[in-house]
Amino acid sequence: MVKIIKVFSPFTIHRLQVKMDLLQTLKIALRALRTNKMRSFLTMLGIIIGIAAVIAMMAVGSGARHVISQQIASIGSNIILVIPGSTTSGGLRSGSGGTQTLTSDDVRAIINELPSVETAAPTVRSTAQMVFGNLNWSTIVMGTTQDLFDIREWGIVNGRGITRQDNDGAAKVCLIGQTVADNLFGASDPVGKMVRIKKVPFTIIGVLERKGQSPQGQDQDDVVYVPLRTAQRKLVGSQFPNTVGAVMVKARSAELLGQAEEEVKSLLNQRHRITAGKEPDFSIRNLSEILAVAEQSSKAMSLLLGAVASISLVVGGIGIMNIMLVSVTERTREIGIRMAIGARRNDILMQFMTEAVLLTMLGGIIGIILGAGGAIVVSRILEWPTLISVNSITIAFFFSGAVGIFFGFYPARKAAGLNPIDALRYE
Amino acid sequence: MTNVITLTDIHRLFIMGDQQFEALKGVTFSVQAGEFVAIMGASGSGKSTCMNILGCLDRPTSGGYLLDGTDVGQMNQDQLAEIRNRKLGFVFQGFNLLSRTPAVENVKLPLIYAGVASKERHDRAVAALAQVGLSGKEQNHTSQLSGGQQQRVAIARALVNNPAVILADEPTGNLDSSTSNEIMTLFSSLNSQGITIIMVTHEHDVAAFAGRQITFKDGWIIGDTKG
Repeated sequence: MVKIIKVFSPFTIHRLQVKMDLLQTLKIALRALRTNKMRSFLTMLGIIIGIAAVIAMMAVGSGARHVISQQIASIGSNIILVIPGSTTSGGLRSGSGGTQTLTSDDVRAIINELPSVETAAPTVRSTAQMVFGNLNWSTIVMGTTQDLFDIREWGIVNGRGITRQDNDGAAKVCLIGQTVADNLFGASDPVGKMVRIKKVPFTIIGVLERKGQSPQGQDQDDVVYVPLRTAQRKLVGSQFPNTVGAVMVKARSAELLGQAEEEVKSLLNQRHRITAGKEPDFSIRNLSEILAVAEQSSKAMSLLLGAVASISLVVGGIGIMNIMLVSVTERTREIGIRMAIGARRNDILMQFMTEAVLLTMLGGIIGIILGAGGAIVVSRILEWPTLISVNSITIAFFFSGAVGIFFGFYPARKAAGLNPIDALRYE
Repeated sequence: MTNVITLTDIHRLFIMGDQQFEALKGVTFSVQAGEFVAIMGASGSGKSTCMNILGCLDRPTSGGYLLDGTDVGQMNQDQLAEIRNRKLGFVFQGFNLLSRTPAVENVKLPLIYAGVASKERHDRAVAALAQVGLSGKEQNHTSQLSGGQQQRVAIARALVNNPAVILADEPTGNLDSSTSNEIMTLFSSLNSQGITIIMVTHEHDVAAFAGRQITFKDGWIIGDTKG
């Protein structure tokens, strides 16, 4: 007797409290959900739709961003583009790039005189029919220097690149893009083959690696590169043989991009004698900036989509709360029985919380599967790039759990706060 | 013999708005280990209130309650839950089983809240069902059982934690007379094995199974007879 008193004194009882194990709580919650399968499913549906929407939206959004960042990489980093501007002659203004106001000397000055500029590469551009045997292909012919491929971080997959010697000697050699290689040579090796461009025979020295689409949607691989001097002398046929088209300028770092832009501008103003108030005969474009804006807007878009999807999650959560409240009322007697038999308030609280969290988490898992599946279907059917990140899945999973905790707490607290006597008598 | 239950001058006052109602006006009695007590009285006599206090479902407004040597009068809700779990077994008029749940799972419930391990839980639940003559019915859902069988499951559930006292509130109220007899015979045999039982009833022939009858009226005990 003395021993029993000791064990069950109020003080020790507090320490004797044994938590119901989690597995058991889960089992009870699962059984409760199973007894009302249809209702459980309908309750989950709100969460399923919400999570599926979040996952799909995020996949579409980050897919779009991924494409943009790939395009940024395909241009090369820290690049500004200088293009000849319009000139006014007799009241008529030519469009941008309408004249050839930039020269090889300008390019040399940009490379040699500007501290923020790492290097620069001029290009001249022309379209031409390229002939190999009895096949021909219309493509863009670009004249440039060896530096262009460094600036654009564009490698050679086969053969060699254009060298300084090629340029100085105006060698009749060319590098071809993948699209050209596919169309004229198919599976066979183009390196060393002779092709004719505007009736001039050229030897193919290499094939460029695949670049894909430009941000404007052009095929960047449908191109042939020849040494700048060769293009100026044999292909472009300008009345000013020393002029170049666009010039790509690479800054020493991303931070110096703005400064490089200013330096190029003032250098060219000075060289072209552009005084204040006079319209410059060139313009400068910062491609990374354009893309950064594009990325910003796509980020904003996916945030917006995410917000819309989150609202549906909140609505789903309210549905859960509603059903849990109904369930607490319906099961008042069960709660009374459990309390009479020795369930503590926390046990009841945990039971209903577990049920709510289980509902939302199951809904979350189904939603993740549906959302990911939906994103894959969208990317297949609409050929829209989607990217399902582990991050978005993890966030969605824990968010669905959080919805359960948040919206399950009030009904669970209501259940735990019931008076056992009233609960037992509840009809 | 030792006292399992000692009530000393228990008062229970209900206050609803400006209305006051004293359901118990000073109840004192004790129950010894191994006794079988019937509590009788008309509705409104205070017997149910007394039963709720005995069952640690309610707390007295004043007075002392020693249960198995522990003063439970002023314990908080969670401590009372612990006491209900370890010291008391409940049998209700309406059985109060979980429907759509196998009998054995119902019997396991108190052990779950006591934190007993799964294997032991199962063995003890099966043993308790055997004790009330329901071997082989372990997996039957309670809704598939007859009233008498359901009440046996409830009794097994009350027994499974080896409580100090079994509290039965009108245990035969929902049963026909022959099933009532069966259940009362079961109670008697459990009592003869040394289990203390306190039962509320308003039927004299049911109360006759008990060795002692306490009669309530208007919040007082007006009779306490043995035999």
